[in-house]
Amino acid sequence: MGKLDLNRREMPKQPSHIRRRNFNEVALGYTPELAIAEAQRCLQCKKPICIDGCPVEIDIPGFIKCIADGDFAGSIRILKDKNCLPAVCGRVCPQEEQCEELCILNKKGAPVAIGRLERFAAYWETTQDKIEMPEIAPSTGNKVAIIGSGPAGITVAGDLIKLGHEVTMYEALHEPGGVLVYGIPEFRLPKAVVRRELSYIQKLGVKLITNFVVGKTKSVDQLLKKYDVIFIGTGAGLPWFMEIPGENLNGAYSANEYLTRMNLMKGFQFPRSSTPIKKHKNVAVIGGGNVAMDCARTALRLGADNSYIIYRRSEKELPARLEEYENAVEEGVIFHFLTLPIKLIGDENGWLKEIECLRMKLGELDSSGRRRPIPIKGSEFIMPMDAYIVAIGNSPNPIIPETTSGLEIGRRGNIVTDENGKTSKDRVWAGGDIVTGAATVILAMGAGRKAALSMHEYLSK
Amino acid sequence: MFKVIEKEMIVPNLYLLTVQAPDIAEQIQAGQFIILRSHDDAERIPLSVADWNREEGTLTMIFMVVGDSTSRIAGLNVEDFVPTVVGPLGKPTETKKFGTVICIGGCYGIGSIFPVIRALNEKGNKVITILEARSNFLLYWEDKLKSYSEKIIIITRDGSSGQKGHIKRLSKILQEKAIKPDRIFVNGCTFLLSKTSLELSHFKVPIIVSLNPIMIDGTGMCGVCRVTVDGSTKFACVDGPDFDGRVVDWEELLKRRKQYLNEEAVLVHHSGCGR
Ligand SMILES: Cc1cc2nc3c(=O)[nH]c(=O)nc-3n(C[C@H](O)[C@H](O)[C@H](O)COP(=O)(O)OP(=O)(O)OC[C@H]3O[C@@H](n4cnc5c(N)ncnc54)[C@H](O)[C@@H]3O)c2cc1C
Ligand SMILES: Cc1cc2nc3c(=O)[nH]c(=O)nc-3n(C[C@H](O)[C@H](O)[C@H](O)COP(=O)(O)OP(=O)(O)OC[C@H]3O[C@@H](n4cnc5c(N)ncnc54)[C@H](O)[C@@H]3O)c2cc1C
Ligand code: SF4
Ligand code: FES
Repeated sequence: MGKLDLNRREMPKQPSHIRRRNFNEVALGYTPELAIAEAQRCLQCKKPICIDGCPVEIDIPGFIKCIADGDFAGSIRILKDKNCLPAVCGRVCPQEEQCEELCILNKKGAPVAIGRLERFAAYWETTQDKIEMPEIAPSTGNKVAIIGSGPAGITVAGDLIKLGHEVTMYEALHEPGGVLVYGIPEFRLPKAVVRRELSYIQKLGVKLITNFVVGKTKSVDQLLKKYDVIFIGTGAGLPWFMEIPGENLNGAYSANEYLTRMNLMKGFQFPRSSTPIKKHKNVAVIGGGNVAMDCARTALRLGADNSYIIYRRSEKELPARLEEYENAVEEGVIFHFLTLPIKLIGDENGWLKEIECLRMKLGELDSSGRRRPIPIKGSEFIMPMDAYIVAIGNSPNPIIPETTSGLEIGRRGNIVTDENGKTSKDRVWAGGDIVTGAATVILAMGAGRKAALSMHEYLSK
Repeated sequence: MFKVIEKEMIVPNLYLLTVQAPDIAEQIQAGQFIILRSHDDAERIPLSVADWNREEGTLTMIFMVVGDSTSRIAGLNVEDFVPTVVGPLGKPTETKKFGTVICIGGCYGIGSIFPVIRALNEKGNKVITILEARSNFLLYWEDKLKSYSEKIIIITRDGSSGQKGHIKRLSKILQEKAIKPDRIFVNGCTFLLSKTSLELSHFKVPIIVSLNPIMIDGTGMCGVCRVTVDGSTKFACVDGPDFDGRVVDWEELLKRRKQYLNEEAVLVHHSGCGR
């Protein structure tokens, strides 16, 4: 075997000074040459520990080997065997704490760029004229309803339709896709990518009904009269606020509102699309996760002079994907670490004018294993600000829990399931953010996959 | 897609729209609303449901043209299809037997309070209906409302019909007629809702107002519809739209509704109801 190649190939991106003002995708993706070179770095380990880091257990060395050999069709086949949304996951999975963290080459600081390779393979597929269609089992005559069209619901729909069941998916909003459509911005995950995945499962025969709020338009109990089994994948869509004075001032938003105006309602095309979004000068985003990065970077693209992230812990504790944090820094987002907003101050017309903050320091480890932020007495200071966006998390939407009989609900409003996604209610499964609270795309898909298996088992009895 | 069955201007600037939405028509109850998009890329516009026909699967809304989106809805024709009608959203109005109830409607609220009146009447309440308008040519549905009301009182600002005056007059009128309500319901623009909550608070009974803040999803996902009620923040789309007007922070609500004034190419329109 030759010398270890520790040159992790960079993925071409739009230059930061250009992309910070446009809405196009930041990453441009590997060329075939770059992809092959990167794939050839994989050691094809006998015991590939990278797979242990993958929630859906993709045959990682397998798909990478295909790319290294130039067999791109083979690589996408292997990916799709375990992951029905490789184009999405290649873009948004936190690989640095999953597969790439465990990759043996990470010991030398240069893990194989598994995510970028996955993105490449999925992209290659879209450039082909014909997409391979999977085999569909003969019809079983069983009827399945899926509630919510996010990654969890899409996974269950894809799996069960292939097994010959009749699948109908219900979505509350006017566009399917869940957070992939209303939350994650275009510059990180082009909507065309999500639309393609959805049209794929529709081509397989999944029936999609939008503008239908289960629990309002019809209850779960009513749907159970028409369907044999039901999967609930309604996500964690209820935004939290800081609950500090002034949060109802004009110019204060939940991240959900800001991103929904922008993405689902296409605010960036206003007035061509009719939902307005404000162009603010000084924008403060509260939080440190992917959602916060997305808001701060969206604000820049809308023309903000200054876009700040205000996070109460330090850089080390930032929960966002590393790549998105780096992108945000490159684009000019200004980070105020160890800072906590305590009060919003408005003008006489109810518009936000200033934010009062407090400096923090890190104390003992807390229950999450991170050092607890403690306020520093007397460190209050004021920043002029005309927008304030809260991105500190979401909890499960209560509509279904409140309107469904016999469904066990946890303390945080989440639906309780066993390890197969089975709820306490007969013939009803659930998975994704509605069960775990806000988590990740791949975990939602993993949960969907398990539930689909268990539902299929039940239906086959 | 949802088919437009009927569209008509019933009084200047107020339109009636009936759409085919059988799933919603089956579930809808008094006080609930829907969200409608007239075209692709259109705004999601919340509208109260003013009547329905469960057999035919239709919903009827009354709306006022105030800006771009409502003008586009007004431009729809019978047989057109709209991409979104979703609901029923919000909690139904609580309609048990209270005794004597006063139901007040102004502008679109004359229509949207109709199902509330009907439900209250069916529960055995003595319903006193009050219609408020600038002038008599802005009144509609009087016969429809009459059939479920014990009494109808009309107040117009120019005196062209019923009593002359503002909602301020109402307190006196009720006193003169010795009407003592056990509960009050108000539908219409924010100005009417807030003024009534102030003027009638001396009755010391709940004044149930149907709030109409800016909304997007209508399912509790975005939080733009938040209002302060009795000191705590509520999402009007899921916790409401009905709240006790005596404890709503009106000043905040009125300011929040103006957030997009600069962005919206507002079709300047003076309905006289203080928008
Ligand atoms: C801005 C943002 C950025 C993110 N970035 C990343 C990232 O980079 N990487 C990552 O892995 N994860 C990221 N996440 C998290 C990830 O998107 C979620 O964990 C994932 O989408 C959860 O999937 P889900 O299928 O459980 O629910 P969702 O994607 O939330 O989908 C649920 C769907 O159900 C619908 N629904 C809700 N209630 C009803 C009802 N009553 N009837 C009918 N339909 C209903 C909703 O409208 C929605 O479409 C991000 C989240 C956000 C908000
Ligand atoms: C639960 C609920 C029920 C409603 N029921 C009815 C009804 O039955 N009939 C009816 O005529 N109207 C109703 N409304 C109000 C209606 O939704 C708004 O008038 C409409 O959204 C305005 O849209 P537009 O684009 O035409 O006007 P815009 O151009 O968006 O706005 C014109 C002006 O109206 C203000 N405005 C007031 N309320 C709203 C709002 N909710 N959304 C956006 N802008 C608003 C704006 O700030 C602006 O100054 C209801 C609102 C809610 C929340
Ligand atoms: S651990 Fe790294 S080097 Fe080994 S198979 Fe997985 S990706 Fe390849
Ligand atoms: S309209 Fe979005 S939460 Fe009420």
